[in-house]
Amino acid sequence: MSKKRSAEEYQKTFAFRFFRWLHGEKDPYVGEVEMRPQEEYHVDEEAILRHEKEHDAILDRVYSEDNIELKAFRRLYHVTSILFCLFLIALLLVTVSYLPATGTIERPVNNEVAVRYIESGLEETGAVNIVAGMILDYRAFDTLGESHVLFVATITVLILLRMNKKGSQGINDRIFEPKNDTILQLVATFLVPIIIIFGIYIILNGHLGPGGGFSGGAVIGAGLVLYLNAFGFAKTERFFTEKTYKWVCFFSLSFYCLAKSYSFYTGANQLHSVIPKGTPGAILSSGLILPLNIAVGLVVACTIYAFYAMFRKGGF
Amino acid sequence: MGPNLFTNYGEAVSAILFCIGFTNLLLQNNLIKKIIGLNIMDSAIYLFLAEKGYIAGRVAPIVVDGVTSTEAYINPIPSGLVLTGIVVSVSVTALMLSLTIRLYMRYHTLDLDEISTLLKKEGK
Repeated sequence: MSKKRSAEEYQKTFAFRFFRWLHGEKDPYVGEVEMRPQEEYHVDEEAILRHEKEHDAILDRVYSEDNIELKAFRRLYHVTSILFCLFLIALLLVTVSYLPATGTIERPVNNEVAVRYIESGLEETGAVNIVAGMILDYRAFDTLGESHVLFVATITVLILLRMNKKGSQGINDRIFEPKNDTILQLVATFLVPIIIIFGIYIILNGHLGPGGGFSGGAVIGAGLVLYLNAFGFAKTERFFTEKTYKWVCFFSLSFYCLAKSYSFYTGANQLHSVIPKGTPGAILSSGLILPLNIAVGLVVACTIYAFYAMFRKGGF
Repeated sequence: MGPNLFTNYGEAVSAILFCIGFTNLLLQNNLIKKIIGLNIMDSAIYLFLAEKGYIAGRVAPIVVDGVTSTEAYINPIPSGLVLTGIVVSVSVTALMLSLTIRLYMRYHTLDLDEISTLLKKEGK
């Protein structure tokens, strides 16, 4: 049994300071670093005005409508870029005409890598869909990178569109839209469940037929966007907020990481993996591909919805 | 000119599409149209990759009745690469559109010439 610590004793520990720092209650620089206020900025108004006047005069001369040099440059730019693009088309067409013919086997793309994927893909990954087996088993690292690209893109868009929230309230474009559109709501009532079920079907059958996490996630995201359009943010925010996005993405991406780390580790060290392959063609088969597809699908669906929500109102 | 221009018509179309997208990037002043041009270039790349993987008389690489001979299926690698391309293109498009929104909020125009004129008039 651990002994109780007094409050004073606890305040001396590293954990106390760390958590204060983590929650932003204490600025580590205050009292630790010598800080001097900046020197006051002296405004020499006359010089600034003179400078601005000269500057504006030059700019007006350069950017005025009857600046012949600028017009000539624009025309030259148009002509040159069209000529350059025609040259590029000609160059690419000549290159294409020397490429090996489409549809034949004697192309350099059809090498031993593809043969290996096709011949032993079913046996090694258990996936009937060889492309799914390829991107989620042989090249799973690549797909993990793709999911992270989506995640990072969402974060960047959030950063870019959030910054405006403080000052301007009038940008919200929801006021221009019709409220309670009966036709849209009735259609959405029928369509949204079908669209989302179809997306789930695509994700769950990713290893058995055409489809997978990315396409199914996009379909589910489209369904969510339709629902949002019909019923507004008040309804969707009951089940999808920034917190939902954060946790869904966190759990999906870290599950993907851990699962694939395990399978890479066992594969590289020739160990026996506990993940069963199952019978090819059954829905619960092909080892990790089905759970990985679900993880990717969740990330993609959330990302599509998050993009739409952020472009609509600059946040979730 | 090589012998295969008309046999490779898919690739020829993708080359022309690529150049149309590139011309859009160069000539359009509107930022949204520039982004559309970049998306046209993306589509040209997908078409090119799909043409690369195609082999005449073979079907998509989804195993039917346990047939795993190379004679039956097309090359699966370009299909996987197209998937990567689509995902990256979606992310890049979203990023560019949000940057455009920021620019529009600052300058209230989407015309690149106007934006750069305003920028120079501000003296930055």
